[in-house]
Amino acid sequence: MKIYIRAIASISPAPAGPGGNPAVSATDLAPAPGNRLTAIEPDYSAYIDAKSIRRMSRIVKMGVAAAFQCLQEAEVAVPDAIITGTAYGCLGDTEVFLSRLIGQQEEALSPTAFIQSTHNTVGAHIALMLQCTGYNNTFVHRGFSFESALLDAVMLIQEGEAKTVLTGGLDEITDASHAILERFGLYKDGVADGEGATFFLLASGPSAKDHAILEGLDTFYKPSTTAEIESRIDRFLSAHSLKKEDIDLVLTGADYKHLCGEYPTASAFGLAMAVGMKKDRILIHNNYLNIHHSLMLITKC
Amino acid sequence: MSAPVYIAGLGVISAIGRNVAENLHALESGEAGMQAIRYLDTVHRGEFPLAEVKASNEELAALTGVPDGKRMTLSNVSRTALLSFIAAKEALESVDLKRSGLRVGMVSANTVGGMDKTEAFYRKKERLRDVILHECGSVTEWVADRLGISDQLTTINTACSSSANAIFFAARLIRHGLLDAVVAGGTDSLTRFTLNGFNTLMILDREYCMPFDEDRRGLNLGEGAGYVLLVSERVAASLKTAPVARLSGFCNRNDAFHQTASSPDGRGSFMAMQGALESSGLQPSDIDYINLHGTGTANNDLAEGTAIDRLFHPSYPPMSSTKSFTGHTLGASGGIEAVFSALSVQKDLIYPNLRWKTAMKELPFTPETSLIKDRPIRHVLSNSFGFGGNCSSLIFSKP
Repeated sequence: MKIYIRAIASISPAPAGPGGNPAVSATDLAPAPGNRLTAIEPDYSAYIDAKSIRRMSRIVKMGVAAAFQCLQEAEVAVPDAIITGTAYGCLGDTEVFLSRLIGQQEEALSPTAFIQSTHNTVGAHIALMLQCTGYNNTFVHRGFSFESALLDAVMLIQEGEAKTVLTGGLDEITDASHAILERFGLYKDGVADGEGATFFLLASGPSAKDHAILEGLDTFYKPSTTAEIESRIDRFLSAHSLKKEDIDLVLTGADYKHLCGEYPTASAFGLAMAVGMKKDRILIHNNYLNIHHSLMLITKC
Repeated sequence: MSAPVYIAGLGVISAIGRNVAENLHALESGEAGMQAIRYLDTVHRGEFPLAEVKASNEELAALTGVPDGKRMTLSNVSRTALLSFIAAKEALESVDLKRSGLRVGMVSANTVGGMDKTEAFYRKKERLRDVILHECGSVTEWVADRLGISDQLTTINTACSSSANAIFFAARLIRHGLLDAVVAGGTDSLTRFTLNGFNTLMILDREYCMPFDEDRRGLNLGEGAGYVLLVSERVAASLKTAPVARLSGFCNRNDAFHQTASSPDGRGSFMAMQGALESSGLQPSDIDYINLHGTGTANNDLAEGTAIDRLFHPSYPPMSSTKSFTGHTLGASGGIEAVFSALSVQKDLIYPNLRWKTAMKELPFTPETSLIKDRPIRHVLSNSFGFGGNCSSLIFSKP
């Protein structure tokens, strides 16, 4: 497969670089203190009108701004398709509506939080603002949410159904979600909660702006042993006629999750970071809780 | 990329039955599933009818046949997952599929995950076990793990079009040669979250809903799950039984009009139906039955009807909304209606649109009001439209 990554935009706890990808290499930043990293939000007025900013929840603003920044970088006005991946969706508004309906005994509720609580809100908002009537989908499968969105984008391009696809992975932390996930024991041994919105403009053909080419994508679920993980990686490489020594860099969560935090769609941040690195061929291996593993192979343009 | 994808098996649970046979019987005998609220714990009891699955969580847990876990009993599992398991298992086991050597996946859909239990978390002691299945994807994994499916798992949430998109995506995974068989569809249980959410939008009917009627007042919410077992041509040929139907066309478009309302001319629905026809190589005149999205709200039925008028003018195929039986099951509706559409093709059936009385003044056609079984049904168009402008149409054809 050859899918051209024409532009990237990432809103994350790490400072953004000029090309939209995180500007730092894995060694440039010290691990942040504490077990919760917060995304550095941009000046939204550059992407969204003031009236809409007031109405949008935090995750919607982050998603829409990253999407618009990505399209601007790519110089694509309206993509052929919009595909998002989010494990938790619009948590803030979900919690608002849920706590009000319980606190107010199901009486005198307003619809705003409910309307904005749906997982497809960000993809829908982008479509509405762009008047993009093309293919529109939202994947909500935990640590496979972004990978599924990426696979959908790749298939659409291969089918000839789309030449340009805007695809992204996004999740937000709320106080309540952080407290719950902390109780589940997710943030031990230096692992911090993370969040962010990372979008890519993927294209069927090359352009002068391309950052990298996505050449492979695979996922596997709940591997039972380390040997199984190794054999899946070997299979992936041989499916692309590659040997281990052909890979210039293997990027794993250990290389980027101290920058973006751990969250189900952190693999989108990992891919964005890999694209910004000065190596020819990079394998990204994302591991979410040893349940969801993904492999992404990129080569530089 | 255009290899045929077959529907080899079906599974469904809804307010009108716990399996395919019970649902089919109710569809043929005109028995609707909505009634006064009995199972959902809400202050709105007596105010709105709901199309509930007629079983408590304990009864559903028993139906699954899955043993209780070490740390929690099955009746503590989200109702969304229990419904999903029952229908997905029926679809998977309805044919003699030899799974060894095959790559089998599950593509499911739901809109609020394990929200029924998350509500309990917020109301009571904040027990962690009540939020284990909060995420939409966790519901899919709970089911897939117990059905032994692991080659590819994903979950879609595009509101009320979710499970149509799940079936669409699953079919493409087969066409791309990534899987041999996929259990695809969706599930949603009734929750106070969705009931109150739709109530704030003021689109709930306090009586039984009347889709495509001039005097329609809104929708009745329902719950359930519906799955199809999609297989490649090679797998279909290896089965002892003939496929139920072929998934011949699909299209996903966005209305890009409003976060919750449809555009007056239904441009998203028009493009989705038109695109599905194009992808199947069919003409509007080839469609023998339209299974409408037909929620019963003023806005949806006018938008969908207007789009159908534009696309099918001047000869309109028979059409009906089976939501007049099952209520609007949200993330499950595309899956449940896929099962009904496949049965329509297999058994040459057109279902009635219950309680219909008066033609909508804007439309030159009316839905069918009684069961029709006198003609071959070669192609069925099924519509699923949702919040966020997400519009998807699927076409089911004789294999």
